[in-house]
Amino acid sequence: MPTVKGDGMRGLAVFISDIRNCKSKEAEIKRINKELANIRSKFKGDKTLDGYQKKKYVCKLLFIFLLGHDIDFGHMEAVNLLSSNKYTEKQIGYLFISVLVGASSDLMKLVIQSIKNDLVSRNPIHINLALHCMANVGSREMADSVGGDIPKLLTSGETIDSVKQIAGLTLLRLQRSSPEMIPLGEWTSRIIHLLNDQHMGVVTSATSLIEALVRKNPDEYKSCVSLAVSRLSRIVTASYTDLQDYTYYFVPAPWLSVKLLRLLQNYPPPEDPSVRTRLTECLETILNKAQEPPKSKKVQHSNAKNAVLFEAINLIIHMDSDPNLLVRACNQLGQFLQHKETNLRYLALESMCLLATSEFSHEAVKKHQDTVITALKTERDVSVRQRAVDLLYAMCDRSNAEEIVGEMLEYLESADYSIREEMVLKVAILAEKYAVDYTWYVDVILNLIRIAGDYVSEEVWYRVIQIVINRDDVQGYAAKTVFEALQAPACHENMVKVGGYILGEFGNLIAGDPRSSPLVQFQLLHSKYHLCSPNTRGLLLSTYIKFINLFPEIKASIQEILGSDNNLRNPDVELQQRCIEYLQLSTVASPDVLVGLHNITLLLFRSLAKLKKKKPTATAEGGEEKEKEPRTIPQAQVNNAEPSAPVPLQVSVGLPIGRSTARNRRLSVNLKMICSLMPPLPSFFFFFFLMKFEAYLFFYLTIIFLISRFFCKQNGVLFENDLLQIGIKAEYRQNLARVGVFFGNKTTFQFTNFTSNLVLPDSIKSGMYKNRGCILCKCFKIWCQSGQMQKLNLKLPVIISKFLEPAEMNSEAFFTRWKALSQPDQECQKIFKAQFPQDTEQVKQKVLGFGLSILQGIDPNPDNFVSSAILHTRNQQVGCLVRLEPNKQMQMYRLTIRSTKPEISKALGDLLETQF
Amino acid sequence: MMQFMLLFSRQGKLRLQKWFSAYPDRVKKKTTRELITLVLQRKPKMCSFLEWKDLKIVYKRYASLYFCCAIENDDNELLTLEVIHRYVELLDKYFGSVCELDIIFNFEKAYFMLDEFLLGGEVQESSKKNVLKAIAAQDLLQEDEEPHGFLDELGFTSPNAW
Repeated sequence: MPTVKGDGMRGLAVFISDIRNCKSKEAEIKRINKELANIRSKFKGDKTLDGYQKKKYVCKLLFIFLLGHDIDFGHMEAVNLLSSNKYTEKQIGYLFISVLVGASSDLMKLVIQSIKNDLVSRNPIHINLALHCMANVGSREMADSVGGDIPKLLTSGETIDSVKQIAGLTLLRLQRSSPEMIPLGEWTSRIIHLLNDQHMGVVTSATSLIEALVRKNPDEYKSCVSLAVSRLSRIVTASYTDLQDYTYYFVPAPWLSVKLLRLLQNYPPPEDPSVRTRLTECLETILNKAQEPPKSKKVQHSNAKNAVLFEAINLIIHMDSDPNLLVRACNQLGQFLQHKETNLRYLALESMCLLATSEFSHEAVKKHQDTVITALKTERDVSVRQRAVDLLYAMCDRSNAEEIVGEMLEYLESADYSIREEMVLKVAILAEKYAVDYTWYVDVILNLIRIAGDYVSEEVWYRVIQIVINRDDVQGYAAKTVFEALQAPACHENMVKVGGYILGEFGNLIAGDPRSSPLVQFQLLHSKYHLCSPNTRGLLLSTYIKFINLFPEIKASIQEILGSDNNLRNPDVELQQRCIEYLQLSTVASPDVLVGLHNITLLLFRSLAKLKKKKPTATAEGGEEKEKEPRTIPQAQVNNAEPSAPVPLQVSVGLPIGRSTARNRRLSVNLKMICSLMPPLPSFFFFFFLMKFEAYLFFYLTIIFLISRFFCKQNGVLFENDLLQIGIKAEYRQNLARVGVFFGNKTTFQFTNFTSNLVLPDSIKSGMYKNRGCILCKCFKIWCQSGQMQKLNLKLPVIISKFLEPAEMNSEAFFTRWKALSQPDQECQKIFKAQFPQDTEQVKQKVLGFGLSILQGIDPNPDNFVSSAILHTRNQQVGCLVRLEPNKQMQMYRLTIRSTKPEISKALGDLLETQF
Repeated sequence: MMQFMLLFSRQGKLRLQKWFSAYPDRVKKKTTRELITLVLQRKPKMCSFLEWKDLKIVYKRYASLYFCCAIENDDNELLTLEVIHRYVELLDKYFGSVCELDIIFNFEKAYFMLDEFLLGGEVQESSKKNVLKAIAAQDLLQEDEEPHGFLDELGFTSPNAW
């Protein structure tokens, strides 16, 4: 048993020895339980224990606790010790409280009472004990009830130095845990002046306190800057004998120096020129000293000296204003890059990352590129290599990007698994950011997938597709490269995804070469099909259907695959559905449908979030991307307005739903509606293109009714709630309509089950005209959020008036036609009360928005509107004449519509009536 | 500021723990386990600093004991190494060539010493002389107190025992 210092509680030493002699964990637990039972009985026993015994048992409990066992008694005995008049008993009591008693304990009131008593003790050593306890526990309750006395203790001239020191840090701890409890307003100036204190220990402790206070309230403490600079100056110019015991291995007061340098990093460079000069001198002196031969060979000397140096460099980087100092700092760090101490190399790489971001020192950092690359390749410690990666990333610019990316790619082949993902991301970002030649970019990303496919996140491979789509000049190259990459016997699934996508879009660009003929491309992709996950297979199926469009000559081979048993009866519902739909589509659809399909997935990638630029620390920046890029707008054709000839329609609706990326969840859905005159078919076809959504809820767009909001405008929000926004964008030209439906996810989560469907009611089948000539839409939607199914019925605003084209005519022509349409059923007249203010300009906008012209000079009353328009259908054109007469006194309107078709007059009348 | 300091043996036994911020016991135990494993895995010539969650870990081995400190991002790593060294020097001076056993048997002294040196996660007194003086003053007080012999250990001080 080693010597026990001090009074030595023999019983404790014996117990500790016993524990150490235990041969097994079980034996140890047995011994501990025995001891706990013993202590419990002593505490509960009738005999009153004396202070020494209480102290001993409390100390044993403490030891048991430190071994990792829970202690649920003895707290009261420890609190009793606090009021002992024997120092060692009090001390053990406080130790127990500091280590074991939580701030929320019921006993805290008693503890605080003891602290209060000890704080006013005449013996400073008792005051210190109480302060230590406060600094260790640091609870709000303490701050509230005794914290108020501390500032006085700290700044009073009567307090002895050792108490001041402890009071400073106690105040710091209380400020951290409950800053509002102790207002320091009146003490500010006195606290700042502690920086001038004679006693170095007091200054050291006060500097920590001031630094924390400055962070909360820099302006109030601004005057500390000049004091800190002069204190620092005195230290750095001191010889190592001046500061006696505050010199640490020949380095004068390293702790205080570092604290002062940190304090100054809370402020911009000093405005006062003399202070500024003095600070610059200090920093130069520190840099100079780094060049002097060491005063000792001990590592403590160099550590302490370099600690000050690194902190000075941090301050230089923080001020970022003196190019001379920045370049000197950079050179100094450059020397450390090749130092034999791993610690120094690590820190030098880390600090240089910051220097690389300063415009003054960026070039200076670049000089060390080769050394950093060597570090990346040769350092034995992965954490140092990680720093090298960070630095390469930080020093990269257009001039050295190719080399750095090349080196990083090379290193990636052997890189530690723990840093691969981050490296992949960094390479991808650098390649994109500094790409001059996009073929290089494509090569880099494909290499990334080849070397570290598992670590290439979706963001990265989505991004390469996005870029290829948007840059015509690399599409052919990308197709060729990806085709070659796929020829490798084993290639990563991500490569198959990118390959499938790019060939599906741009495979035609390389199809002229017999080595990459359509059939070869298809067979190559299909050779990977069975090795891939369902997700990738789904993507490949989409590629196949695009191939049918690109290369009609291989349609039969593809249909064979789509129709194979394996696919049509695939247990994966998603794949099964795709195969059935694609097969059906390839059989019945006109080439137009396929052309439309071609663009479907394209859209997704166009609107996908851009790859986030990551900082070297790999924390993603915020910033939600909200772009919507409707490229292909669905098309609806009004085929026939003939009431007597019911026309069956084939409607195909493609709803490709992209999987939103993890960070950006805005998804864009394109609705492709192609209504064309077809031979009678038994029913409609619905095609759902569901990419990667996991389940099967349905969203029906049913054409039934109109939405008045859209009568006078084409674009807008159809529906919006907390979860979802659905927008409509439409274009109409004569009898053609293109309607885009956009779905925006407003939540921060990904929709897990999101499906949509478009249903046309039977009435459409029998001709639109019967239904007042309008396409009436209804959307019916369900989705799942937090386990809750939600349905949504929505109407698509595709209405007959959208097919109006304004017509111009003169007064004479107007009246001739007006009179010609004088049969009673050709006219529809409505008299109604105004719902909106009768503002002429607004009414005019509405009339124009509705698709009518405004004819001037026909009605003598300038307030009245006279309009004409032609309604286009596929087979005929119907002329319409409209008069709208506001009566501002009565706030009424009279609306008269005449057209050759009575139904049209009535339909337009019903629509317009609701708008004014 | 320093968040916590752990002392553990090469066998992974925790010898001393000092937490400068309030952590729940569950977190303390988990953190200790994780860090002991992490540090013991590292090879001798490796860098003494590592990133761990949002903290920096600075560790150094002295004989059979590892000293491991967790500091915040803007704290100085090199100086933290010297905090460890100074603490070792203090223990060494006090115990006279300190060894792991001294810290086991006199764990309370190790705590008192640490309190005189570091407080609230900051260096309170960097002078070796001053810290030792404070500890000596404590010991002096305790020697004034009545010494306890082995009779006390046997419970013979209480009047009822007679």
